[in-house]
Amino acid sequence: MSAAFVVIAGLGLGTYALKAAGPLLLGGRALPPRLERVAQQLPAALLASLVVVSTVAADRALVVDARLAGVAAAGVALRLRAPFVVVVAVAVAVTGVARALGG
Amino acid sequence: MADDRSAPDAGPGDRLRRRQIERQALSISVALAPFGLVFGVACVQAGLGLAEAIGFSALVFTGSAQFAAVGVLGDGGGVAAAISAGLLLNIRSLAFGVLLAPALTGPRWLRALFAQLVIDESTAVATSQTERRWQRYGFLAGGLGVFTVWNLSTVVGVLLATDDAFIEDLGLDAAAPAAFLALLWPRLVGPGGAQGRRIAFAGAVVAAAAVPLAPPGIPILLAGLGVLAAGRGPVPRGGDVA
Repeated sequence: MSAAFVVIAGLGLGTYALKAAGPLLLGGRALPPRLERVAQQLPAALLASLVVVSTVAADRALVVDARLAGVAAAGVALRLRAPFVVVVAVAVAVTGVARALGG
Repeated sequence: MADDRSAPDAGPGDRLRRRQIERQALSISVALAPFGLVFGVACVQAGLGLAEAIGFSALVFTGSAQFAAVGVLGDGGGVAAAISAGLLLNIRSLAFGVLLAPALTGPRWLRALFAQLVIDESTAVATSQTERRWQRYGFLAGGLGVFTVWNLSTVVGVLLATDDAFIEDLGLDAAAPAAFLALLWPRLVGPGGAQGRRIAFAGAVVAAAAVPLAPPGIPILLAGLGVLAAGRGPVPRGGDVA
């Protein structure tokens, strides 16, 4: 068995344990009120951080490149109430064009 | 992908909601295809074969952790280093699982299967809904959609294994952040938008500040922990978190 398969087994099991703790141990029970409030607030923070990291992070540096133009265009599209698919398509197109122009 | 028990068609409103969720899930799944391709290419570059690549994408099934582990292996790192690098990135899966738990009801074996689909994207699609049954439907649509596309694109990436410059040339690397922004948007506008904007701003600031200081994946975790800390006070204020 190669080292890669050992990593797949170890990382796979560990990751599954992290993923399954909530659904298996909590089941369908409601969360305590304070945790429920945190759970309602968590997505905004996580999504915002995902936007930032996937837009301006390159490994461990903050960089401004064509992605930022694309995501800004996505913001404009959202403001204009464009559907989800259009928002993503606009971001891809603007990023591609900005990069072709040397962004 | 359709699960009739979790998304009953009770009327035109429900059908509309169902289509909206499916469109979101499809878009976010397709948006990940380039990254699956790159993962396949990265596996080949690290000296791994098709079986290992599929093993990662099907059994680990968390993009950032897969990239980290394969990166460590490719750099000549050890098994323990590769596993711990991946697990550190996946601590956020614990938070996602807790967040999703109320919507993922059913027998134990079913919840055990659901658990494998707990990822950033399924959580994002699920939590863009307010009702439990639609959260569940969004989770399944997003999770199964991404699982399918992620594994297929991994295979294609291994088979192509040429250079990955086309992803950047076409601007495809902006697909994921745009998708995340679109999912965040409803929380920034409309009723409750002021609080959503404060929380999102705090999360964004924490993540940006942490990028140069911490390994990939950790900034997202810190943004989540910041909200946990702010949630203790009577009213969460953005400034507290940073």
